Amino acid sequence: MAVRKLAPEEIQPKSFKFSPENEAFADQQIAKYPPGRQASAVIPLLWRAQEQAGGWLPQKAIEAVAAKLDMPDIRVMEVATFYTMFNLEPVGKYFIQFCGTTPCQLRGAGDIKKVLERRVGEQNHVTADGNFSWLEVECLGACCNAPMVQINDDYYEDLTVENFEKLLDDLAAGRPVKKGPQNGRRASEPQDAIKTLTDPSLYDGSRIGAWRKRFEEEAVKPADTATEKKS
Amino acid sequence: MAKIIVDGVEVDVPPEYTLLQAAEAAGAEVPRFCFHERLSIAGNCRMCLVEVKGAPKPVASCAWGVRDCRPGPNGEPPEVSTKSATVKKAREGVMEFLLINHPLDCPICDQGGQCDLQDQAMAYGVDTSRYHENKRAVPDKDLGPLVKTSMNRCIHCTRCIRFTTEVAGVPDLGAIWRGEDMEITSYLEKALGSELQSNVADLCPVGALTHKPEAFHYRPWELSKTDSVDVTDAVGSAIRVDSRGREVMRILPRVNEAVNEEWITDKARHIVDGLRLQRLDRPFVRENGRLRPATWQEAFSVIANRVKGTNAKRIGAIAGDLAAVEDMYALKALMQSLGVKNIDGRQDGTALSPAYGRASYLFNSTIAGIEDADAILIVGSNPRIEGSLVNVRIRKRWRTAPMPIGVIGEKAGLTYDYDYLGAGPETLADILAGRGSFAEKLKNAQRPLIIVGQGALSHPDGLAVLSLAAQVAQNIGAITEGWNGFSILHTAASRVGALDLGFVPGEGGLSAQEMAKGGVDVLFNLGADEIDIAPGTFVIYQGTHGDRGAHRADVILPGATYTEKSGTYVNTEGRVQMGNRAAFPPGEAREDWAILRALSDVLGQRLPFDSLNALRAKLYAEVPHLAGVDSVVPADVAAAVKALAAVGGTPGREGFKSPVGDFYLTNPIARASGVMAECSALARGLKLEAAE
Amino acid sequence: MLQDKDRIFTNLYGLHSPDLKAAKMRGAWDGTKFLLEKGRDWIIDEMKKSGLRGRGGAGFPTGMKWSFMPKQSDGRPSYLVVNADESEPGTCKDREIMRHDPHLLIEGCLIASFAMNANAAYIYIRGEYITEKHALQRAIDEAYEAKLIGKDNIHGYPLDLYLHHGAGAYICGEETALLESLEGKKGMPRLKPPFPANMGLYGCPTTVNNVESIAVAGEILRRGASWFSSIGRPNNVGTKLFCVSGHVNKPCNVEEAMGITFRELIDTHCGGIRGGWDNLLAVIPGGSSVPCVPADQIMDAYMDFDTLRGLRSGLGTAAVIVMDKSTDIVRAITRISYFYKHESCGQCTPCREGTGWMWRVLTRMAEGRAQKREIDMLLEVSTQIEGHTICALGDAAAWPVQGLIRHFRHEIEKRIDDYAANPHSEPVMMAAE
Repeated sequence: MAVRKLAPEEIQPKSFKFSPENEAFADQQIAKYPPGRQASAVIPLLWRAQEQAGGWLPQKAIEAVAAKLDMPDIRVMEVATFYTMFNLEPVGKYFIQFCGTTPCQLRGAGDIKKVLERRVGEQNHVTADGNFSWLEVECLGACCNAPMVQINDDYYEDLTVENFEKLLDDLAAGRPVKKGPQNGRRASEPQDAIKTLTDPSLYDGSRIGAWRKRFEEEAVKPADTATEKKS
Repeated sequence: MAKIIVDGVEVDVPPEYTLLQAAEAAGAEVPRFCFHERLSIAGNCRMCLVEVKGAPKPVASCAWGVRDCRPGPNGEPPEVSTKSATVKKAREGVMEFLLINHPLDCPICDQGGQCDLQDQAMAYGVDTSRYHENKRAVPDKDLGPLVKTSMNRCIHCTRCIRFTTEVAGVPDLGAIWRGEDMEITSYLEKALGSELQSNVADLCPVGALTHKPEAFHYRPWELSKTDSVDVTDAVGSAIRVDSRGREVMRILPRVNEAVNEEWITDKARHIVDGLRLQRLDRPFVRENGRLRPATWQEAFSVIANRVKGTNAKRIGAIAGDLAAVEDMYALKALMQSLGVKNIDGRQDGTALSPAYGRASYLFNSTIAGIEDADAILIVGSNPRIEGSLVNVRIRKRWRTAPMPIGVIGEKAGLTYDYDYLGAGPETLADILAGRGSFAEKLKNAQRPLIIVGQGALSHPDGLAVLSLAAQVAQNIGAITEGWNGFSILHTAASRVGALDLGFVPGEGGLSAQEMAKGGVDVLFNLGADEIDIAPGTFVIYQGTHGDRGAHRADVILPGATYTEKSGTYVNTEGRVQMGNRAAFPPGEAREDWAILRALSDVLGQRLPFDSLNALRAKLYAEVPHLAGVDSVVPADVAAAVKALAAVGGTPGREGFKSPVGDFYLTNPIARASGVMAECSALARGLKLEAAE
Repeated sequence: MLQDKDRIFTNLYGLHSPDLKAAKMRGAWDGTKFLLEKGRDWIIDEMKKSGLRGRGGAGFPTGMKWSFMPKQSDGRPSYLVVNADESEPGTCKDREIMRHDPHLLIEGCLIASFAMNANAAYIYIRGEYITEKHALQRAIDEAYEAKLIGKDNIHGYPLDLYLHHGAGAYICGEETALLESLEGKKGMPRLKPPFPANMGLYGCPTTVNNVESIAVAGEILRRGASWFSSIGRPNNVGTKLFCVSGHVNKPCNVEEAMGITFRELIDTHCGGIRGGWDNLLAVIPGGSSVPCVPADQIMDAYMDFDTLRGLRSGLGTAAVIVMDKSTDIVRAITRISYFYKHESCGQCTPCREGTGWMWRVLTRMAEGRAQKREIDMLLEVSTQIEGHTICALGDAAAWPVQGLIRHFRHEIEKRIDDYAANPHSEPVMMAAE
């Protein structure tokens, strides 16, 4: 099981500065929160810093975020180490987060893991070509499409050994890949057996306003009783 | 008040009380690790779980308010049990969890014998372990020269984090990673930057953080404990001096709500090695330009010869920063008997003087009173290094509800937000004239407080500045019925005592500065090591360390440090406190009053007391308020401020500068301490780094 | 089977466009202003009457939760925070709402904020949902553009809706940990009391609701509390998204009536159990936090809060994890135990120390490398965690282990016996080999 640690000093960049776009992004994030609550933006900023630094968070980036948000370094360090999506060591060009939690495990994640071990090697280890590194993570919340992995920003679901090997081949070769389910599913529907949401009236606009009848009836009723009383 | 039943005992407590406090009020003991009265509530150790009738599960009594408890169906008071089977089981469970990853290294742990975990495991734990997995190993952290870590022992109570963040105001410590991998550390293991950092080792309920300088030096049960008072600043923190045989082994804080609560500075604590290094342990006399060891008789006769041939007008005496009231009283009496008027206890040249009334030189608001202030103007002081625990109070007040704080003087790193107003007297004059928004804030405050430091008063224009500050105080209504918002912050433990004694030049007498510049031919120097004495003067130095004063001396009389004698010190508030003897002076060194008494005999002016008690009897007769140990005798602040305001004068333009250049090296004991030297070097390094 | 006309999430599978125009055609944002004009009290009352119980796992009545918010501000603003930190193993329903039906959620945010006097709302989405984050942000931008929300909008109630994302911490699904995280700290749960309705985000009154609870609000108000409460079984009403994963033929998300039987749910939507009903071993019916239920007890059970509680389990998030007889149940629960060890925030003692202990013991038990007396010890350790922690993660870590021991003790014992009988079933590899 993976133990996270800080990257050794010799590979830490000597400086980090937000790019102008990211600086603007940071200001925009800070503006989401009430004045004086700029610390709220720490996760988005660390996230953006990680993207800028190539998928991991160097120490200097942590300090840059701390300075931007007027937070003590240690507070930002706490956040960077607490949340597991912050990589504190370099990752591959394709960083594979492999879901190993029970729902995926039940659907054959173990086989996927073997593929990763065979093709990429140990966890947290970047392949010699710099293309891949992987990490076993906890439930990624796509359990109806198990087993699955997340590669950089995208989910790749309904994996089998075959389609996963092909996916890795395609990525390594720079060929376009399909995101999402790899077995032809659209999303999390029962494959080729959708029995629900087939009523066309759901989609033709006939639902609009239909519910108002209830309120109109209610509005009429008391008026009726009122007239009755009068007469 | 709210009624609550704890273990069958009904008590009436304020509704904001926690169950833990209510339990204590009812006489029930509740174990705890993370909870500390002076820190925010973390509720994370879960040791203090109690059972509340009607609650589905046990609750953490440190975090659960009495007002959060629901009364019974017929309005009966809520019932809490601290002894039920559920509670016992919960405690045993928590204790077991705390111990599974705690090493069994008590025999080599400095916390042994003073360890909360040890004590509570005995009281609330079970005797065997069911944990058969490997224990967690956590790398130790390097937190600098004062705090030693052994992180395997950490139980993650976060007291240390909360202390540095909340009380010290220097958020150095944090907990990185998460879950069972959570580790307490500073950012990239930087040394801690607070002058109060050692308190975290006191707070640590286990042996994870201990005092590095004391590591492996003692076991707590070997030590004899003496209550005393700290003299490294003018705050007068309550301390306990622990000694083994002749040697002081450690100093730790005592609770004094009015002064230091329960913290002390690192200087007060780790000055200990300075007490045994560089000591003057026998008299010396200078012969042919070199100091040579001498007997007391030799030293005394050299002095007698010199004094006899000198006109009283060319004799003087200066008392230094660590002198006890009794020592100064004896010296003053000796000088009086010789007809000498040149006496001064203000080697820093401060303008403060008893002439304007006692309130003109006291911290009149009192330290605890800071918590009532609703606006503070700090003039010529860096309270963080001049009186760290005064600074802690200001921060405490500011944390409860931020209020306006203005600083005139150096732009220092204080532990609260402040408006920087300017560097010197001109800014103070602006405030008086009502210019600037801060003047408005002061005027609008109900209980404004002006703190004037020695940085504003030690220049030749000090009196004019003091007068100006007094005028501001009058102007903004700082002195009202029930509020004394005019406070002087001293830096020397002896200063208020000296002023109370009238250890200032008599009519036509010379000040310390004038004496040092060659105004006298024979100078008694009672431990004044922070003043340069011009060549030509015959200097009799009575002190404890081979510091600046001793090097300049012609005769050295070895005295006792504050841990080696009983002595009275009056803190900056005017609080009279007594320090006690925890060890004996080394070699031939003697208690200072006794040296002066013996010398007086040789000079043919035998002082009229043969014991410390006799001395004190005379002292109390002359200065009655000094008999009121542990109390502050109120002074007439309005009159003093009025008198000061009337002085007037034109201050110069020079900016205020704190008299404390290096926090860690303010007195001869500290300068002899290797630990203080290390801290000082580190602090300088940090400063340089920050400046880059 | 629930009729299509009674379904709220009409684009659950993303077969249609998630954009505003299509969402409106499906009935979103229909008469929202009319609903707001009925007033705060009416909305809260209607929500209470609908019997909606929070969809985030605990099942606390949503209307009642809303009613805890101060009616009059004491000067502090109120906040709505939507919990989209969907991380409970087995659960993947909010993801579908956010990427396929985001406008239902946004409309719900406006209604809930109005009902609770909040002018700012934050949606806290888990960090891994990056595509979903973009999809939801797009929808929020659409709503702003169409002046459905924002400072000056056609509904006449100003609302700023912000999307905030996490970075990988299950614990941030706990409402107070979520607030801490939203404030820029580590996601460590707060002590309660004070409750968020009193002291929440930035010390202000705050209500934290699950995505699904908020997203159904609009339809409930439109169609009426009586419509919603007529579906399902008493005290367990309405429709619910079920996430069925594990050993079924066709794992899927589906919106069904509360109280549907497990058998109907699986047979109708999931193509049955892999290998047939006789092959069913056990089911975790409500996300990894709830104890598993063995086949014979679950087969014909109603899938609702109260029935499952009666089976000493729970509906939780209605994440149904199905395990057939090929499952190594001890390993499956060990993996869950690892999950909790990994996700424990480390703040309080029982959870920090206990989750790792349980996982280590279970790891040995999965191999049989244990003593039988350790089974009872493990059970006791789990009870030492349960109910003694600051938040519910301690309970959530303890329950699956308790479920395992309750129903599958024989399996653990067998494994221990097997190991003892043949401790070296695989010869130790020597370096030379």
